Amino acid sequence: MQLISGIPLIYYIYLSAAMFSIGALGVMIRRNAIIMFMCIELMLNAVNLLMVAFSSYMGDNSAQVFVFFIMAVAAAEVAVGLAILIMIYRNANTSDTEVLNQLKF
Amino acid sequence: MKELLLISGLGVLSLLSGLLNLRKGFLLIVILGLLGNIGLSIADWNLNEDVYGMMLMDNFALAFNIVMSVSAILWFISASSYFNNDNNFSDHFSLVLFSMCGGLVLLSYSNMSMLFLGIEILSIPLFVLVGSDKTKLSSNEAAFKYFLLGAFATAFLLFGIALIYGATGSFQNATIAAKLSEGPANAMAFTGMLLMLVAMAFKVSAAPFHFWAPDVYQGAPSYITAFMATVVKTVAFAAFYRLFSSTFGSMQAEYRIIFAAIAALTLLIANFTAAVQTNVKRLLAYSSISHAGFMMIALLCMANNTSGILLYYVLVYSISSIAAFSIFEIVRTQSNGKEDIDAFKGLIRRNRWLAGVFAFSMLSMSGIPPMAGFMAKYLVFTAAIDNGYMWLALIGIVGSLIAVYYYFKVIIAMFGHESDEAPISITASQKFILVLCALGLIALSIFPNLVINQLG
Repeated sequence: MQLISGIPLIYYIYLSAAMFSIGALGVMIRRNAIIMFMCIELMLNAVNLLMVAFSSYMGDNSAQVFVFFIMAVAAAEVAVGLAILIMIYRNANTSDTEVLNQLKF
Repeated sequence: MKELLLISGLGVLSLLSGLLNLRKGFLLIVILGLLGNIGLSIADWNLNEDVYGMMLMDNFALAFNIVMSVSAILWFISASSYFNNDNNFSDHFSLVLFSMCGGLVLLSYSNMSMLFLGIEILSIPLFVLVGSDKTKLSSNEAAFKYFLLGAFATAFLLFGIALIYGATGSFQNATIAAKLSEGPANAMAFTGMLLMLVAMAFKVSAAPFHFWAPDVYQGAPSYITAFMATVVKTVAFAAFYRLFSSTFGSMQAEYRIIFAAIAALTLLIANFTAAVQTNVKRLLAYSSISHAGFMMIALLCMANNTSGILLYYVLVYSISSIAAFSIFEIVRTQSNGKEDIDAFKGLIRRNRWLAGVFAFSMLSMSGIPPMAGFMAKYLVFTAAIDNGYMWLALIGIVGSLIAVYYYFKVIIAMFGHESDEAPISITASQKFILVLCALGLIALSIFPNLVINQLG
C-alpha cells in the first residue's frame, strides 16, 4: 500500500494511458492473431493498474474486487478466442489474419 | 432476481438435457420457461426489487425483459430447424440461454461491475455461436472479428469505468450520478464518459463503430444473425439508455451533440451502403445498422423520457427482423445456398406465404404508412423535432427514402419475375411463426399505445 502511494497518482494515470494506447495501436496495426490477443491483454492490464492505483489512493477496496472480475473474465475470453483461432488454423493452416478476407463488400 | 434464476436454470437444464433424455421436447420446455419469465416480470411490475445493490428490477428493466423474451420465443420457434439438425443441440441451447442471462443483467444493472459482467456474459457465448459453423472459413472469420472487436470495445468500456471511478470514487450508478451532478464535469469524468460511449456505440453497431457488423452478420449462421440483430440489439440499446439517462444524466449538454452526430452518420452511411448491396443477408445487416440510427435518435431525446418509444421501436424492429431472417434462411437452403437477390426472383411463384410475409416485414421496416414500422419512425421523428433536432429528422426521412429503394428492390424481384425453380414447401411450425410475426406487426400498428404507455 505504501509502496503504491510513494509515487504520485498522475504517474499511474500516464503509465496506464500509455499502456492502453500501445495495446490499442497494436490491435489495429499488427496482423498476427496471437499478437493481437496479447495487445488486448495489455489494454486490460492497463485498466487493472489504473483501478488498483485509484483504489489504493482512495482507501476503497471495491476496485480491487473489480480487478479480480476483469482477470477472470479476460481468462474466459481468451479461452474462447484461442479456440476460434485453432478453428481458423484447421481450415486455413495459418494464424495470419490476412487469410480472413471471405467477407467483404 | 427470480427471472435471472429461471433463465440460468433453463440453461443448466439444457446442458443436462442429453443426460435426462429431454431432447425431443426441449424446445417446448424453453418456450414455457420464457413464458414464465414474462409472467414473473408482470408479477414484479412496480415492485422495484433491489438485488443487493447490484441490480434494480425497475419497470424499465422488466418491460425490456418482456420484449427480450417475446423476441426470444419467436426466435426459438423460427430457429427450431437450426437446433434439430445438429449434434451440439444442448450446447447451442445453453449458450443462447446463458447469453440471455447476460442480457437480463445488462437490462437491470445498478453497479458498473454488473454492466461489465453483463456485457461479457452476453458476448462470450455469442462468440462461440457465431463460429458454430466450424468447417466454413467465413463463419470462423466472423467469429474472429466479433471476438476481437468485442474484446477491444470491452477494454474501452473498462478504461472508461476506471476513469469514472477515479473521478467519483464509486461504482454505484446512483452515487456516480450524485457526484457528477454536483459541479461541472472534470476532464477525467468527461474522458471516462467518452470512452464508455465509444464502447456502447461499438456494441449497438452505430457508425463510425459499425464496420464489424456487416461482416459478422453475413458470416454467422443466419439464425444466430437473427438472434444478434434482435435480442442482443434490444438489450444493448436498453443498457445504453440506462447508462446515459441515469448515470450520466447531468452531462447531457456534453454528449448530446456526439449522439446527434452518431445518429446522423449511422443513418447516412448504413442506408447509402445498403442501397448498393446485392447479397440479401448483407443488405439486412446494413438495414439493421440503419435502424440503430433511428434508435440513436430516440436515445438522443431521452430528456423527454423516450424509453417507451425505444421499447416500441425495438419490439417492432425485432419482430420484422425475425420474420425476414428466417425467411431468408428458408429460401437460401432451398436455392443451393445462394444469398443474392437473384435467389428471391419469383418467390411468389415458389411459395406465397414466404413472399407475402417477407414483403410485409420489409414494408414495415421501410416505414410505409399503415405499418407498425411507420408508427415507430413517426414517433422517433416527432421526438427529434420536439427537442429541436429538425435537421436530424430530415436526415432520418432521407434515410427512410433510400431504405424504400433497397427494400423494394427485393420486393420487385419477388413479385415481378417468373421462376422456374422448384416450389418451396414449409413446415407447419415455420408457417405458424410467419403468421404470428405478421399478426404481431398488425396488432402493434393498431395499438401502439399499449406498448408505449407502459413506460410513459
